[in-house]
Amino acid sequence: MTYPLLPVVPSLTPVNERFTGLRHLGRVLSRDWLAAFGLVLVVLVLVLAVFGKWIAPHPEEGAGLANIPNRNLAPGAAHWFGTDELGRDVLSRVIIGAGPALSVALFVVVAAATIGIVLGAIAGYRGGWFDTVIMRITEFFQSFPPLLLAMITVALLGAGPVNVGIALAIAWWPWYARIVRAEAASLRDRSFVEAARAMGVPTWRILYRHILRNSTTPILVQATVDIGTVVLWVGSLAFIGLGAQPPSPDWGLMVQEGRGVILNRWWISTFPGLAIFVTVLGFNLIGDALRDILDPRQTKR
Amino acid sequence: MSAVLDLQDVVKVFGTRRHPHRAVDGVSLRVEEGSIFGLVGESGSGKTTLARCALHLIEPTSGRAVFEGQELGALSRGQLRSLRSRLGVVFQNPVAALNPRMTIASLVAEPLVTHTKLRGSELKSRVLELLDDVGLGSAYPSRLPHQLSGGQLQRVGIARALATTPRMLILDEPTSALDVSVQAQILNLLRELRTRHDLTYLLISHDLDVIRYMCDSVAVMKQGQIIERGDTGAVFGNPEHEYTRSLLAATPGQRRIR
Repeated sequence: MTYPLLPVVPSLTPVNERFTGLRHLGRVLSRDWLAAFGLVLVVLVLVLAVFGKWIAPHPEEGAGLANIPNRNLAPGAAHWFGTDELGRDVLSRVIIGAGPALSVALFVVVAAATIGIVLGAIAGYRGGWFDTVIMRITEFFQSFPPLLLAMITVALLGAGPVNVGIALAIAWWPWYARIVRAEAASLRDRSFVEAARAMGVPTWRILYRHILRNSTTPILVQATVDIGTVVLWVGSLAFIGLGAQPPSPDWGLMVQEGRGVILNRWWISTFPGLAIFVTVLGFNLIGDALRDILDPRQTKR
Repeated sequence: MSAVLDLQDVVKVFGTRRHPHRAVDGVSLRVEEGSIFGLVGESGSGKTTLARCALHLIEPTSGRAVFEGQELGALSRGQLRSLRSRLGVVFQNPVAALNPRMTIASLVAEPLVTHTKLRGSELKSRVLELLDDVGLGSAYPSRLPHQLSGGQLQRVGIARALATTPRMLILDEPTSALDVSVQAQILNLLRELRTRHDLTYLLISHDLDVIRYMCDSVAVMKQGQIIERGDTGAVFGNPEHEYTRSLLAATPGQRRIR
């Protein structure tokens, strides 16, 4: 809870926290050019995801409309990324694909983090049998290769982007549960948590205010990196035919569509593959930068 | 006089069955209404464990803790929670006892939000009143703990403990983590507050000077047991137990008095 600022003597007013945070961000970006580069990539992908419809030169082709007379054109002035076997503009396909890729990734990370945070926080704070059960379940999930677990789940649920999202969230929550559990277990015995118990603060509020509010850094860093990783996995599932189905502008599916002709018409697979690469790289760099920015040891007095 | 807090033969055993450690080994004590009761002993003598049993933060292995005539172990969760508004606690290290991410105002507001219906501007003015009560001005509510000094933070901790107008405070080494120059200020504040709000204190300390300055009666604890008790003057002036004598001898300024 933030308490409303009260009118105070100006000279004694602490510098606004949000403002120092922004300045801190500025310092990190000017020092760490990789973080700045990551931010540029992430902003680029986000802009394409939100405004792609207006940016793409041929949005209807991006969405899947064939244009046979233009098929298999090499990259050039008219089509910067060339066209595919159905004559669709690859640049438009890549741009339109950003939206679905990021929304699935966001859904997976939010769903996995929610499940993981709730179960992990309770397990770490309460300990005992609940902790043991939850941790054994996460170990069970983590003992599978994650992609295999997602493949099995998609195979059971049926292919399609929604089911891919559900499958990846199921495969992913144990990582969040373990992160939060470790944080909660170490915070549980801290003096301020005991103080809250001694005051009679209800358990749910202790969990939220004293445990979770003090574990945001690792969760946020993990979630940021994971958005990129999920984009890669969604693409991987689509590549093996378990994700989005034609004519969706899914990056993984597009890589798969061009796979057979990669030697003759390299642009069909390469550009959507690069889009995945850029997204993963951008979110990873931002995740690293966030870790530096949010580390409480770095915030100044 | 009636006892506000009555501990009856409290035992707390840690460790395994094969290697038990009796941290508190059959302690009984009565804290009379309006008094300051001192509990003194060296580190590891079980003082803090006893305090945690008295607050029911941990369950005693055996024995009873009775506050205002109610046995803590027999209360329902709801009853225990409402009892916590009448029995406050101040911890040793104010830096650790305050959530680093909450503002001073929300830290002091937390017990009020938990136990009262005060919200909005009423809550805000009560918080300011409490901060004023412990000598912190209006510049502090929006600050975070790391922007305050140790002494200021302990004042915040005291304001928080007083928020729900408790009858009794358990003070667990309230000045041990503070600079010597600040210790006296906090002790004087605690004495003032006691008169102003009609409080009863259980003061835990390893510092004999603090106990002598503050307490009406005192109990000396060693290895989980109380080995000597009585009026502060009597115990310190004419210690009966060998251990108490050695404690007094170990305090630099005390040799002259003996």
